[in-house]
Amino acid sequence: MEILISTAIGFLVACGIYLMLRARTMDVVIGLTLLSYAVNLFLFASGRLSNNAAALISPDAAAYADPLPQALVLTAIVIGFGMTAFLVVLAIRAFGDLGNDHVDGESGK
Amino acid sequence: MTLLLIVLIPLLGALLVPAAGARGRIAAAWMAGALTAIALGLLLSLAPRVFAGEVLVSSWAWMADLGLYFSFRLDGLGLLFALLILGIGLLVILYATYYLSPTDSMSKFFAYMMLFMGAMLGVVLSENMILLLVFWELTSITSFLLVSFWRHRSDARQGARMALALTGGGGLCLLAGILLLGEIVGSYELSVVLASAELIQSHDLYTPALILILLGAFTKSAQFPFHFWLPHAMAAPTPVSAYLHSATMVKAGVFLLARMHPALAGSDLWFYLVTTAGLVTLVFAAYVALFRHDLKGLLAYSTISHLGLITLLFGFGTPLAAVAGVFHIINHATFKASLFMAAGIIDHEAGTRDMRRLNGLFKYMPYTAVLAMVAAAAMAGVPLLNGFLSKEMFFVEALALQRLDDWAWLIPALATLAGVFAVAYSLRFIHDVFFNGEPKSLPKVPHEPPRWMKIPVEVLVTLCLLVGIFPAFTVGPLLATAASGVLQGPLPEYSLAIWHGFNAAIVMSLIALVGGCLFYLLRHRLFALHTRLLPSEFGAKQVFDGLMRGLLNVSRWITHLLENGSLQRYMALLVGAAITVGLYAAMQHGAVNFSMSGTSIPFNGVAIAILLGLILAGLGTVILHRHRLPALVMLGVVGLCVSLLFVYFSAPDLALTQLSVEVVTIILLLLALHFMPQETQADSGSGRRWRDALLAGGAGVGVAGLTWAVLTSPFETLSGFYLEQSVPGGGGTNVVNVILVDFRGFDTFGEITVLAIAAIGIHALLQNLVIKPNEPGRYGWAPAKPPLLLEVISRPLLPLALMVAIYLMLRGHNEPGGGFIAGLVVGIALVMQYLASGVEWTQVRLRVDYFKVIATGLILSLLTGVASWVWGYPFMTTTFTYLYWPVVGKFEVASAMVFDLGVFLTVVGITMVILAELGKLSGPLAPRPAPPVASKEDKR
Amino acid sequence: MMGHWLIVPVLLPMVAAILMLLTTRMGRMVERSISLLAMLGLVSVSAVLLNASLSGDYQVYALGNWVAPFGIVLVLDRLSGLMVLLTSVLALFSLLYACNGQDREGRHFHVLFHMQLMGLNGAFLTGDLFNLFVFFEILLIASYGLLLHGGGPLRSRAGLHYVILNLAGSALFLIGIGTIYGMLGTLNMADLAVKVAQAGPEQLRLIHISALLLMVVFGLKAALLPLYFWLPGAYSAASAPVAALFAIMTKVGVYSIIRIFILVFGIEAGVLSNLAQPWLLPLGLVTLALGVFGLLASRCLRKQVAYLVVVSVGTLIAGVGLLTVESVAASLYYLMHSTLITGGLFLLADLIARQRGDVGSELRVGPTVTQALLLSTMFFIAAMAVVGLPPLSGFIGKLLLLQAAIQQPSMAWFWSVILIAGFFALIALSRTGSTLFLKTDDTAVTGVRAGAASLLAVIALLLSSPLLAVYGNVVSDFTTATAEQLMQPMQYIEGVLGPQQSSMGSKVGGEQ
Repeated sequence: MEILISTAIGFLVACGIYLMLRARTMDVVIGLTLLSYAVNLFLFASGRLSNNAAALISPDAAAYADPLPQALVLTAIVIGFGMTAFLVVLAIRAFGDLGNDHVDGESGK
Repeated sequence: MTLLLIVLIPLLGALLVPAAGARGRIAAAWMAGALTAIALGLLLSLAPRVFAGEVLVSSWAWMADLGLYFSFRLDGLGLLFALLILGIGLLVILYATYYLSPTDSMSKFFAYMMLFMGAMLGVVLSENMILLLVFWELTSITSFLLVSFWRHRSDARQGARMALALTGGGGLCLLAGILLLGEIVGSYELSVVLASAELIQSHDLYTPALILILLGAFTKSAQFPFHFWLPHAMAAPTPVSAYLHSATMVKAGVFLLARMHPALAGSDLWFYLVTTAGLVTLVFAAYVALFRHDLKGLLAYSTISHLGLITLLFGFGTPLAAVAGVFHIINHATFKASLFMAAGIIDHEAGTRDMRRLNGLFKYMPYTAVLAMVAAAAMAGVPLLNGFLSKEMFFVEALALQRLDDWAWLIPALATLAGVFAVAYSLRFIHDVFFNGEPKSLPKVPHEPPRWMKIPVEVLVTLCLLVGIFPAFTVGPLLATAASGVLQGPLPEYSLAIWHGFNAAIVMSLIALVGGCLFYLLRHRLFALHTRLLPSEFGAKQVFDGLMRGLLNVSRWITHLLENGSLQRYMALLVGAAITVGLYAAMQHGAVNFSMSGTSIPFNGVAIAILLGLILAGLGTVILHRHRLPALVMLGVVGLCVSLLFVYFSAPDLALTQLSVEVVTIILLLLALHFMPQETQADSGSGRRWRDALLAGGAGVGVAGLTWAVLTSPFETLSGFYLEQSVPGGGGTNVVNVILVDFRGFDTFGEITVLAIAAIGIHALLQNLVIKPNEPGRYGWAPAKPPLLLEVISRPLLPLALMVAIYLMLRGHNEPGGGFIAGLVVGIALVMQYLASGVEWTQVRLRVDYFKVIATGLILSLLTGVASWVWGYPFMTTTFTYLYWPVVGKFEVASAMVFDLGVFLTVVGITMVILAELGKLSGPLAPRPAPPVASKEDKR
Repeated sequence: MMGHWLIVPVLLPMVAAILMLLTTRMGRMVERSISLLAMLGLVSVSAVLLNASLSGDYQVYALGNWVAPFGIVLVLDRLSGLMVLLTSVLALFSLLYACNGQDREGRHFHVLFHMQLMGLNGAFLTGDLFNLFVFFEILLIASYGLLLHGGGPLRSRAGLHYVILNLAGSALFLIGIGTIYGMLGTLNMADLAVKVAQAGPEQLRLIHISALLLMVVFGLKAALLPLYFWLPGAYSAASAPVAALFAIMTKVGVYSIIRIFILVFGIEAGVLSNLAQPWLLPLGLVTLALGVFGLLASRCLRKQVAYLVVVSVGTLIAGVGLLTVESVAASLYYLMHSTLITGGLFLLADLIARQRGDVGSELRVGPTVTQALLLSTMFFIAAMAVVGLPPLSGFIGKLLLLQAAIQQPSMAWFWSVILIAGFFALIALSRTGSTLFLKTDDTAVTGVRAGAASLLAVIALLLSSPLLAVYGNVVSDFTTATAEQLMQPMQYIEGVLGPQQSSMGSKVGGEQ
């Protein structure tokens, strides 16, 4: 199963980066969002993965998932949200200021 | 202490002179003169001890561990140069007072002058070599100021820049050389360095050190091929030329040679490097001088040539040669300074320096003419003048040189040739300017200068004569002390007589004199020949300019190649860099083994389905990315899959958060689409797309490999501690939440701060943004008439959402949930209001300053943190107790929950700021280019 | 024990920001006074911290009273003390300059400014890798806002580049953190150092990868080749006080490189010892060289100053890359000098541009500036300092660096690049100076004069150079002590984790 998970994460990264390398701000935003999904999954995976592990402390819990990466991912998600929001608004602002949505502010060739 | 004062007084003068200048032009001059006189007096007060053979050293620590001391030293050599600097300085100040025109700022000029004087004194009086370098560079800088004094003249600016570039660059070489020398000797103090010649010359670093130091000296003393800055520095006011370019600054180079003589001289390397440079400069510059039509140009090249002569003498490395060198330094300073001043007078009174127009000035200014002629004769080396004596000594040394046996004739021959040129150009200076017919079309009728302007010239010329006739009485003692200062040891046998009997040297002098005269008589043919052979001005400057232009072009080319302003390029570089280092590191530490040993997670249909969904949705997003709306839908699917994955791998908190963030993000992007283009054509060529695909693929493979490697390798973590401590220490069974609000609460604290800043930034960003939404209706934000159903549903939604939020928050500590998720839930509910009932409706009913909400949230979390100080615990130390509530059930109130409340409020505030601000843009509250009437139009 | 002082540099700016948020209605004067008061407070607190760090033992502040490595700790040593003080001094004068009117050019300037300070101080003080990430995000998002302060197409464009690149960088940062956590199961820097040293052979590869990924992240922040191209655009577009403050931003990257690659992957890191050595020195030198070319190439004063930042980063990284006590000490001296001087230069460039009418900061013939003598003198001194001409701080810094390199195998390279770069910088700035102040068309003289506050700010920053030179021995003694402290990771580890490393700490106090 690891192999499939890794592939999925890697694939998401590839998609994200490909879009981030595009010339239009919206594409870059979408790419960044994809990338941050992938990164969050990766961070999550760094605590190793287990289904049916207990999430809450209880006397009859056999095994627990590593809680630390989860906490980190939560923080990462939230920060990512703030960043994305800012970038989106900046993209709108730039579109308003530059009159086009090219990342370098050039009119599309 | 006195030593320090001698250096400091002129430097202070840089401040005092302008102060005095406020009282009038002449006041500035008086101040400058007075200070110089004081410094000179102090110097003379020390002179007797130096003549007695004492070496005065006084030292203060600056950066001891760097070997950098404020240490000064006064020995014979230093004394000689200090006398020249201050004495001639005094004369130049007098001269300049009358030279400068009313339009030139005196206080500025003399301030620079004082600065330079101080720096120059520092060079010759430093005991610490690094200190010497400090002053050395200061002379370059101040000379830049002085040469560019007439800033409106482009040749002045260029000359100044060129001089700075060369001498400053030379200074850097000198710095390197000094550091190496210090490394060899273990100290930068001259008294140590000068005493350890064997150590230095036997060391491996001797060669580089010597070359670097010589580069410094040669650039400063305008030795070939670095000579060309000097003629161009002639754009400076003549007093500057008289001072810097004859007596002082250009002498700094030969001073360095003299100073370092005991430590560095004597080796073959020294001999060949220094004599070659000296000899070439001597002959070449003397030749060029002959063909200069500009008076100052002629003097400049003759200066270069004489500096070459001195360099050559020090290159010989013999004690007698050194004595001769010192002697010529004195003589050259006197006659050349006076010549420059005379040239200045002529320029001043006749309005030009072109010798093709200046003729027969004798009858207009006989007095000045006589002075100039005497000085010129001294320059030519005519008997009974000081120039003759040192030249004789030079010829003697040239003949006595044993070093290059078969080629022994070479140096004397070339020396004589240079002598011939010298006589010729001196003759030209005299004959062309003062006789040779009538002046041609001068701007004004020349006449004698004001009385005081002549005095400095008179003084110097008198010196030339006195030294020339009674050398032993006049210059003898000074020369002796100076020479012993150079040699740092016993003096060789030498006599300062005018007549040593009829010997080879006399013959050489005679040849020079006669040959010179012949040369001058034949000058017209020579000029013709010269212009035929070297049609254009000899191009050292052209080379320099070419190099400069080349440097500029290269750097422009490189810079525009690299920093081309394309984000895609930079991003590609970033990705590329990451891939590269990753690959590099991956290839270290032995071979990779792809054993499936570590795999533990069993395959499972659900998971596989989710993962496939993830992949497909991702792929879809990429494929559809040019059609934004469907791409966003795909993106939403990806997010959904991610949260499902979190659920599957037993991380309910993550799932919840991911889901709620997902919703808000998508709403946000939809809003953005309301303003941004929703379709674009492909605007990067297939080549670019392939490159990107390659990079993306590489990164993807890399991360995949990384994930796999991490998942399959053994793992031990400190998380055990959190699991143990969650209930007893953090008082919550939901470990993740306890980590967030307690163990690592500080992260969360920072996290909400990020959100707050984002909101503030967004608010600032959207101020007075004027942007026209896309055609209304499509994905419309706040449509004119919201769908009734939505409206009906959404109204009760808000209170409901609040309930849910509170519930989520209270249980958050023990069950999945928590302030953040709660906040987003409320946020979404509020957004629903906007969507359903339109901006106006909601704005009217929800009169909330969201920044106040954010601030309150931050304050709450801050206070919970600070509260623990009261009990003397660090920031964010938590405490808790248990309560029982119906519905919610038994839950505990932790101080951490107040913190969570803070988080909740902040998140609500932020969501609202972001969405409402965007909403305003399109709502009627939005600033519009067109009047509201028109805006109604685009609503429909 | 420092009591709660350690966290004040993080909290004070935040409190100020919140207050300003709540009092937006009360007008500018209130905002400015809050802002400046908080700033002064911050400077004094930083001074207290630095003073406390001089003792040489590590001050540790366990947040939530959870001992390291389980909780997040703030750690104060000489380096962090220095960085915090340097930041607040630079910030004080940038802020002063901004209060002369540029803070009005957009909303929330002061709020963002203090949030930025919060992020910076947190980044310098934290002893936890993930927490470092969080504070990076704080200072970045604040810097996004500040960079765009004042608006305009130029800034929007520069902002897009800056934001997007840094977001990518943050993603990379998380990957690096994930990998290293996945290997070593801890985030506390001291604990990481311990674990890295004990790492098993099968772990080395991934740890190495994560380390280098982190280096890329920090390299992006520090503007190191090949990741500095965003800087000239961004810094020259930012409004002057922001650009001045940003002079410290690149140094955050440098700081992180020093922290991580001397503490965690330093001399005591077992197989992975001095892992950064093969990279830092060459990259630093090439960055320096290219920076100087940029300096020569740019036709705008602001851009030239921006490239001077690149130059200083290259020099710093090269110096750090030698990884000896002397070289690190020299680099730290150079760090202080370059930060304050480039900051001052950004402000000075603005003063000059404002007095050159519509020619602004472009390097072509323009009107004579109104306060010619004053401005030219200041420029002259600043240029001397930044080029490294004696007797100012730049010269001392260069001297220290050259001396530090003298025994090294890479001496030849190091020396020639540093010296030649200095030579080219001299040429470039002498051209600039003569274009700005000598080669003027005396026709038009714009009557604009610089306000007292802004003049004070610039002069104060430029004064740092002679002061650093005069008190060179004091400063270099301090930097040497700092470098010695850095070069003994064991001390840091024991200072943070206590003598018995990575033992199970227990909650000291919770239930009251």
